Amino acid sequence: MPVQCSNCVQRRAVLKRPKTGHSLCKDCFFWAFEEEIHQTIVSAGLFNRGETVAIGASGGKDSTVLAHVMKVLNERYGYGLSLLLLSVDEGITGYRDDSLETVKRNQQQYELPLKIVSYEELYGWTMDAIVKQVGLKNNCTFCGVFRRQALDRGAMMLKVDKICTGHNADDVAETVLMNVLRGDIARLCRCTSISTASDGEGAIPRCKPLKYAYEKEIVLYAYFKKLDYFSTECIYSPNAYRGHARAFLKDLESIRPSSIIDVIHSGETLSIKEGVKMPVQGTCSRCGYISSQALCKSCVLLEGLNRGLPKLGIGKHHRLHGKILAQEPLTEQEEKKLKPVDF
Amino acid sequence: MFRLNRKCMKCKEGTAVLIIRVNDAFCRSCFKEYFIHKFRAMLGKNRVIFPQEKVLLAVSGGAASCSMLSQVQEGLSREAPKKFRFVPGIIYIDDGGACGRSAEERQRSNALLKSIFTETGFTYFIVSLEQVFSLPTSVLVPGTSDPDPSNPSYKQAVDQYIKEKQTLTEENVASAVAQLSIADSAYSPERKLALERLFSSMKTLTAKEDMLQTLRSVFSKLLYSFCFYFLSFLRYVIAVLVILTAIDITHDKASIQRLTESFVTNLQSDFPSTVSTIYRTSEKLHTVMPPQSQTAEPASKCLLCHCTLDTKVDKASAFHATLVSEQLSQIKLQDSSLDAPAQSAEQCCTEGQGCGPGGCCSSNRLPSHQDLKMLLCYSCRLTIKDMVSLRKAPHSWVQSLRVLHSSNSFYDVVDDMASQQFHM
Repeated sequence: MPVQCSNCVQRRAVLKRPKTGHSLCKDCFFWAFEEEIHQTIVSAGLFNRGETVAIGASGGKDSTVLAHVMKVLNERYGYGLSLLLLSVDEGITGYRDDSLETVKRNQQQYELPLKIVSYEELYGWTMDAIVKQVGLKNNCTFCGVFRRQALDRGAMMLKVDKICTGHNADDVAETVLMNVLRGDIARLCRCTSISTASDGEGAIPRCKPLKYAYEKEIVLYAYFKKLDYFSTECIYSPNAYRGHARAFLKDLESIRPSSIIDVIHSGETLSIKEGVKMPVQGTCSRCGYISSQALCKSCVLLEGLNRGLPKLGIGKHHRLHGKILAQEPLTEQEEKKLKPVDF
Repeated sequence: MFRLNRKCMKCKEGTAVLIIRVNDAFCRSCFKEYFIHKFRAMLGKNRVIFPQEKVLLAVSGGAASCSMLSQVQEGLSREAPKKFRFVPGIIYIDDGGACGRSAEERQRSNALLKSIFTETGFTYFIVSLEQVFSLPTSVLVPGTSDPDPSNPSYKQAVDQYIKEKQTLTEENVASAVAQLSIADSAYSPERKLALERLFSSMKTLTAKEDMLQTLRSVFSKLLYSFCFYFLSFLRYVIAVLVILTAIDITHDKASIQRLTESFVTNLQSDFPSTVSTIYRTSEKLHTVMPPQSQTAEPASKCLLCHCTLDTKVDKASAFHATLVSEQLSQIKLQDSSLDAPAQSAEQCCTEGQGCGPGGCCSSNRLPSHQDLKMLLCYSCRLTIKDMVSLRKAPHSWVQSLRVLHSSNSFYDVVDDMASQQFHM
């Protein structure tokens, strides 16, 4: 029994929106999806006229859809933005080199300039080399920290005003759940912000225009628009802790589809009690990047890798930061705790 | 049952009978001591119950609440310096009417609980969930806000109590009971039917469980003579006990509550600090929304659950995003010719078109979506959304809530919502 589109009523519905359950035809879905992102951008005041914006592009569905929609909205509503693509090469053979090919194709398709920065040139380490030293358990920590800095460094090289990433509603909801599970109060109150603060010197603000877009809808949009994207999961990710939060969120969504936005709403309305100890933002003594400790996470991780002590950045070893800064050698006992686990 | 060939890690003498946390083996008496100590430590640390205060114990008859009850009895029987200084009362809410239990089953369990409660000597209230429909509106007061555990007057109060050593008289207890206005019979057939209709109109188990929890808490807020809801403190202590017992969960995706329970339990087995971390995280968060600004008047309360409304948020928010999505996915409802069934008889205007403000139909005007937002909090909106027909909400309940909020248009709002759910 054919169902009519609940918006235009004229055309036949071809899909059911995972977010609201309404049946829509293709064009009404495209319009609703794009319009919601436009509303998000406008109500949060994400961009200003004349700004140059770097779109974090990995070749995956989120960043491809983001690049496409940003281009469409920029033209449709006259945002007056200069858009470009910024990509990070982590050095994962078989995964990243394939997705980078997709990004290069996106560059042609969307006619946007592209810059690629790599871990190799920035840090002297590829993810393949890191995993060989660290193993398969904590490698996502390295990649996430390094990538964040790599994006910032690339953006600074390009002299852009803002960075935007393809984080979607599912990602934000997973992060909220993860931070509750891990007891990370500081991140819990930051993770639902749609953009980072722009008051730090040299820190380029970052925002998430797709914050309220469901992952399922992004997939549907990319499919119906026949967008070109790379759909394989990172080969090193199966053991990440985030997987637990993701599985739970998917189950929640199957019981009640609005759960994803509901979790984000909870995250946004949380408030911290007075007197709870929170970290203070400062700068890294070594590289000047934003940090709440003497050394930023990136420097600590790198130091650990270079010294053959990969567990230096995993777990709490703040007391050792002073020693590292002063270039003092660590005691044998300290070194033993930080070496990789023997299997 | 497996055998533990280990000595207790605490006394090193007794044979261990169980393992808690990762690998701590305890004998029977050391475990009991440990458990009691944790209970008392939680009370002492939080410092919210002042001496002589009346404390309401919510007992469901399950393992956790019965443990709590016996802990309170044990604590009151101790010698004067270590004795609990509060006055307990018990409430048991019989929700058999919502869960489909027969009258005989309910009477049997009520009688059993009554005998247990009588033995304690504490004041107790056995009420049925149906009675929530006949609550006089005057007793629906908002719950107390977040207490401050670092309150310096707590220490003063304890010191003063020890000096004066007042005892609670019979009269105090009697007057507390007299303040309650639940006098009528618990099993009136009309109210039972009303409860059944309400729950049968909810489509999902998640929404039913939410509604049950909301009604239970509304009920407990009624008993304002008891100023504190005790159970929340115990969750951490009880969680340890619950993790130890074998949990048989069937259909763990039947509702959000069950899914969450099985998720946390399973995660705990791989990451043993999960429960305590979640608990500690929650301790750092406000449970009541703090006022938006210093000079603002007290925030409005949700019509259903009486918690502070959390829907007055920025345009750049998840709540706003959901409204935008709803609007964009369906045609404007003002233009549609849907008619809300059984409207008032005085309809002089044509279907779907009002005669404007000040017109003859203005008093029966269907309120906009904006009006509804002001009445319900985010999660109660979700629960109500699940109801097939809001007409099954008991009329007396709607009446008393309407009086509470002096809003004649609530019942119209209910009709409006019923008509808007055409897509379900």
